[in-house]
Amino acid sequence: MRIVNTAVPKVDAMALVTGKPVYTDDLAPKNCLIVKLLRSPHAFAKICDMDTAVAAQMPGIACVITHRDVPRHRFTMAGQSYPEPSPYDRLILDQIVRYVGDPVAIVAGTTEKEVEKAMREITVSYEVFEPVLDPEKALDHPSVIHPEKDWHVNFDIGSQVERNLCCSGGFESGDTGAEFSASDVIVDEVYHVKANSQAMMETFRTYTYLDHNNRLTIVTSTQIPFHIRQIAARALGIPKQNIRVIKPRIGAGFGAKQTLISELFPAIVTLTTGKPAKIVFDRTESFIGSTSRHEMIIRVKVGADKEGKLLAIHLHTLSNTGAYGEHAPTTVGLSGHKTLPLYNKAKACKFSYQVVYTNTMSAGAFRGYGATQGTFALESAMNELAAKLGMDPLTLRLKNLLEEGEILTAYHGEKLNSCALEACIQKGREMIGWEKKFPCVRISDTKVRAVGAAITMQGSSIPNIDMAAVEVRLQDDAYYTLMIGATDMGTGCDTILAQIAAECLECELDKIIVSGVDTDHSPYDTGSYASSTTFLTGMAVVKACERLKGKIIRAAGLRLKTDPAALAFDGRAIFNDNEKDDEKNRINLDDLAKSLVVGAGHCLSATASHSSPVSPPPFMAGFVEIEMDLETGKTHVIDYVGVVDCGTPINPNLARLQTEGGIVQGIGMALFEDITYGKTGKMMNNSFMQYKIPSRLDLGEIRVAFQSSYEPAGPFGAKSIGEVVINTPAPAIAHAITNACGIHLRTLPMTAENILMKIREKQ
Amino acid sequence: MQISCDINGKAYTRHIEPDLVLIDFLRDLGFLSLKQGCDTTNCGLCTVWVDGTPRLSCAMLAAGIQGRQITTIEGVEKEAAAFGQFLAAQGADQCGFCSPGFIMNVLAMERELTDPSDDQIKHYLAGNLCRCTGYAGQMRAITLYLGARKGELSCE
Repeated sequence: MRIVNTAVPKVDAMALVTGKPVYTDDLAPKNCLIVKLLRSPHAFAKICDMDTAVAAQMPGIACVITHRDVPRHRFTMAGQSYPEPSPYDRLILDQIVRYVGDPVAIVAGTTEKEVEKAMREITVSYEVFEPVLDPEKALDHPSVIHPEKDWHVNFDIGSQVERNLCCSGGFESGDTGAEFSASDVIVDEVYHVKANSQAMMETFRTYTYLDHNNRLTIVTSTQIPFHIRQIAARALGIPKQNIRVIKPRIGAGFGAKQTLISELFPAIVTLTTGKPAKIVFDRTESFIGSTSRHEMIIRVKVGADKEGKLLAIHLHTLSNTGAYGEHAPTTVGLSGHKTLPLYNKAKACKFSYQVVYTNTMSAGAFRGYGATQGTFALESAMNELAAKLGMDPLTLRLKNLLEEGEILTAYHGEKLNSCALEACIQKGREMIGWEKKFPCVRISDTKVRAVGAAITMQGSSIPNIDMAAVEVRLQDDAYYTLMIGATDMGTGCDTILAQIAAECLECELDKIIVSGVDTDHSPYDTGSYASSTTFLTGMAVVKACERLKGKIIRAAGLRLKTDPAALAFDGRAIFNDNEKDDEKNRINLDDLAKSLVVGAGHCLSATASHSSPVSPPPFMAGFVEIEMDLETGKTHVIDYVGVVDCGTPINPNLARLQTEGGIVQGIGMALFEDITYGKTGKMMNNSFMQYKIPSRLDLGEIRVAFQSSYEPAGPFGAKSIGEVVINTPAPAIAHAITNACGIHLRTLPMTAENILMKIREKQ
Repeated sequence: MQISCDINGKAYTRHIEPDLVLIDFLRDLGFLSLKQGCDTTNCGLCTVWVDGTPRLSCAMLAAGIQGRQITTIEGVEKEAAAFGQFLAAQGADQCGFCSPGFIMNVLAMERELTDPSDDQIKHYLAGNLCRCTGYAGQMRAITLYLGARKGELSCE
């Protein structure tokens, strides 16, 4: 391979590092109306009366929109393929507000100052209800969060909305009851993962305008342009054909932008006024008015025989979806389906779940998507089981690990065709120095160093649902345009897909111009989520390039008046495959391309779509060494080793960066990050002052290695990497903390004070 | 009120509202490299130089720059690109949204510190948040860049 598996810089790098104006707000016209939202101060209330007359008459104000003015089609903001599993439980503005920050009115005007002034003149009277703030008390709470008659699900997801139960379900394989009875050792504990904020550096922002055909154009920082079109059409009550969505460069997403957040507000202003409109969320709004990771309380019961052979695992997840059900039925599924298969050899396994509504901000998609929460629970339980068995936790893993060729019972019966997890564990064990450091080394009277470990898997795209199409065109100077609907959010998919195209077309990377995303021009793609882009869109690129090569050869055959079956293409020329010196039957690609656009030419373009019947899991083994101060509980990650099997890394640098970034986000989740709500339901961590994400001072060394398997269903053997990398830090660090001082922390985050309190409790 | 200042070597005189924040003033003038990532002076994205010293343009009033020299990344494009190549060679540009502020601080650090240790680098740049990279790739780029400036290494 010439270009695949090489660490080329990103194709957009120089624009980004020199500060070029390539993001949404940089491109917005200066005459946009400024849009702002008046938000609810109550966690659960009904709007009884609203007076907007004064505000609407104020200087510079173009419109004030309330629940009386919006279409009545309920929808979900979750970016998912139709029919979406998430319930249709939203309106653009509703008479009932369900969390502190739920929008109450949309105000648009010429300047920010005028809009803010007008917002202060809106008076709202509320009938305030008792909010449901504790997910463990949500079920059958006297307050019913969604009493509306038009609450809708596209198919059965096990909901009982009158009980605040958004969805429920589960499965069992084998007889867990009998296997637990036969177990010599059982661990049965409850693990609690809190809501987290994705906290990408670019907050939510969108601008909208009507084009020359009076169609609504939405330019937005999103991972899901085609789903935005679908959701906006439904929510605004206009046909999809009247909507165009454009995604410029975006300042990251981590799943936050797999949900529609800011798009509808300027859109409805533009439809109301006919004028361009723009909304830019500030950081506070980004925290309080978007979606977070689903808080999950997971009970894990694991049973094994004396030798450490797993007999049964039961995982029960209670997930908190907050006020609305974005991604509720799907994230919870991953807490079981992307953890249990690791221990496919267990004789029986069971997974059950309930997802409840509460009066907190809606949860949504965040890198890892439920697998992260499940991994913390199951991997912590496995480490506790190893301790109970008196067995090395890595030995316990290796004894029960899934293997290539197995049918994964808890993974929809999928066959595992590529897996180097065992090699990842062995490599990581060496890199961290496990034999010398496990469980801990006392380095002074008050300080101890300890190691911990965890393993994980994710998927690569949603099988049979995600769909990626690409188009590749030969242009008349013998370069190619690669039209994609997948969204580069900084991850580098434009580059990775260009590398795949250049490899297939046997050309240099700079001959591939990547163009995306504009729903009027780009081929359909479900979007960049579910670890799908490299794996799924990458495969579509392979297919499209093969087709284009066939077309190039046929076109050359016509020009050369020769049988194309005898011709070959090497990226530069088309020639007689049997006689390389046959100059008569040879044409340079450049000459062919130029001739094809003159007179009776034929523009060469190939489109291919791809969806996958399987979702091959990438794997990772994570190892941590911490240093803990036993007097204060302060815990510092001094070394983190991540060994990843993502199949073939298409771009090793970008794969490494994904891994490093994911590990650090995981460390933030493990040690600091925590969305908490006050007694009245107000989010207490609504800025970087109160919601701490890791800075460069909070980290020690991060070391990454790859142990590549070859995945037959992926392009050049590739699987995904974007999500799997966030899963191991929380359980690995929890394990190291146990090894340092004997306490078990089963609730995140593991802050110094939580550690110290546990140490005191134990004493 | 009226202010006069120098931005990237060019003189500007403008009428402004007294409460106008520097970042909004500069973005209005077309210096769109400036990004704002928070409302609480935590993220470092909006870093510019005021008289050669890095400052957060979200935490300064435009009125405060009367007679002063402002430098944005547009004003040091060649230097930014020189370091940016090292960042790109690591794949550590990622989403790029924090890059302008981060790079302004790296270039300021280069002017201020001689042969900084890893710890000094981390402390100097502690105020520049990044959610994509996990910082390790940025650190590799800085080390290689500073080495190359001393004639030791290339960005490869």
